[in-house]
Amino acid sequence: MSESAYNFAYLDEQTKRMIRRAILKGLAIPGYQVPFASREMPMPYGWGTGGVQVSAAVLHPEDTFKVIDQGADDTTNAVSIRTFFEKTAQVKTTTRTSEARVIQTRHRIPEEGLTEDQILVYQVPIPEPLRFLEPRESETRKMHSLEEYGLMHVKLYEDISRHGHIATSYAYPVKVEDRYVMDPSPIPKFDNPKLGDMAAIQLFGAGREQRIYALPPYTKAVSLDFEDHPFEASKADHPCGLCGAEDSYLDEVIVDDEGGRMFVCSDTDYCEGRRAKGFVGAMAATDQMAATTMTKPTLEVL
Amino acid sequence: MDADVLSGGFANPAIDAAQAFRSVMEAMARPGRIYDIMGALPPAPLSPAAGAVLLTLCDPDTSVHLTGPTDCDAVRAWLAFHTGAPFVGPHHADFVLGRWEDLGELSQYQIGTSEYPDRSATLIVELPSLEAAGATLTGPGIQTTAALSLPETAAFQTNHGQFPLGLDFIFTCGDQVAALPRSTEVS
Repeated sequence: MSESAYNFAYLDEQTKRMIRRAILKGLAIPGYQVPFASREMPMPYGWGTGGVQVSAAVLHPEDTFKVIDQGADDTTNAVSIRTFFEKTAQVKTTTRTSEARVIQTRHRIPEEGLTEDQILVYQVPIPEPLRFLEPRESETRKMHSLEEYGLMHVKLYEDISRHGHIATSYAYPVKVEDRYVMDPSPIPKFDNPKLGDMAAIQLFGAGREQRIYALPPYTKAVSLDFEDHPFEASKADHPCGLCGAEDSYLDEVIVDDEGGRMFVCSDTDYCEGRRAKGFVGAMAATDQMAATTMTKPTLEVL
Repeated sequence: MDADVLSGGFANPAIDAAQAFRSVMEAMARPGRIYDIMGALPPAPLSPAAGAVLLTLCDPDTSVHLTGPTDCDAVRAWLAFHTGAPFVGPHHADFVLGRWEDLGELSQYQIGTSEYPDRSATLIVELPSLEAAGATLTGPGIQTTAALSLPETAAFQTNHGQFPLGLDFIFTCGDQVAALPRSTEVS
């Protein structure tokens, strides 16, 4: 069957209506996880089926769509999902954060500030922040209804007693509008301060766990902490090796088998944008090296 | 069957519904802001905006309660043909349709349960005018304050007081839509 034989954006209309209703309730109750009847998608659970379903329900043909995976536009997951919507929803795609209308993301918030015209769709593996503390859904649901989040503070306290500081470094829980504790998906806690008061709409989709939740624009999202151990957004204490940025979240890349390593921006669009403006990091390749190492790897047999 | 019943739906269902949903979603995410919504031509007394909202969100899985003049044969037949939504009384409705004065006691509509606050009614309210003036709104989705021509304030304050339970409102007028979720504080 050709791609054009599918409905616009792959899902049938009744499924999209169901997802759309869940998105509206999610926006009306910020941080609350709305159950939805997640569908089988042409990719395995864990590959962003929740985000893909939310994107499918939100996209219209005039949108420009961007997908990032840990900040990068060029990983398998990002490339596949981008191509999927090019084929099924005929949307334009881009890697530029500022040009995108809808951005689907796995585990990062772009470095560049988002605007009111944009929508950020998160792929979420485990939407329930209390799940690893209490495995029973019936219990966690009760805990949310009673606003009983003591267990989460105990967990953060145990971090402090074992490590001397809050060691949770990603999927760091936030309290939304002083009511629901929410898992921001496994974004690094470096990104947590961007969750609150964002101009863009933030939608979260968990396909396997069948939950959708949302943060409307300009919503309060406070990272949990203690007075004597305040929340701290952290990143590797280096500048980017390629563009020299000191304010971006970094990936550590092992470059040889002798322990050599470099730190580079995890947001590839941000890094490329800076290099295009002439910023050069300490480990940036020279023009000649760039010609051989910076081209995209291909599958051709050499 | 009357030919009027068959017409007035989305000309291009998938695309029109996608466009209409974006207006509804933006409205719900930014309470008080007014958006254009088009594509539907429902029978009187429904506005095109209310028609588009119903076509976008309702189907055989959602129950609809009609109030006042909207509870007429023309609307019933049109909704039945285009959405297949079952008509129910006020207590079990997922969607309620009507003018503000026809809705009656808001307490008769479902506000969700403490464990499932999403199982609550969405009220599609036809207003004679929709403008960014009148009651002051604050809360999620609003940077500082917003204003919206609400029919009254007390009912919305009571509704907000039940948060996270409560009703969510979609206001329609002509081909425009705005929304007021339960999270918004009205003064």
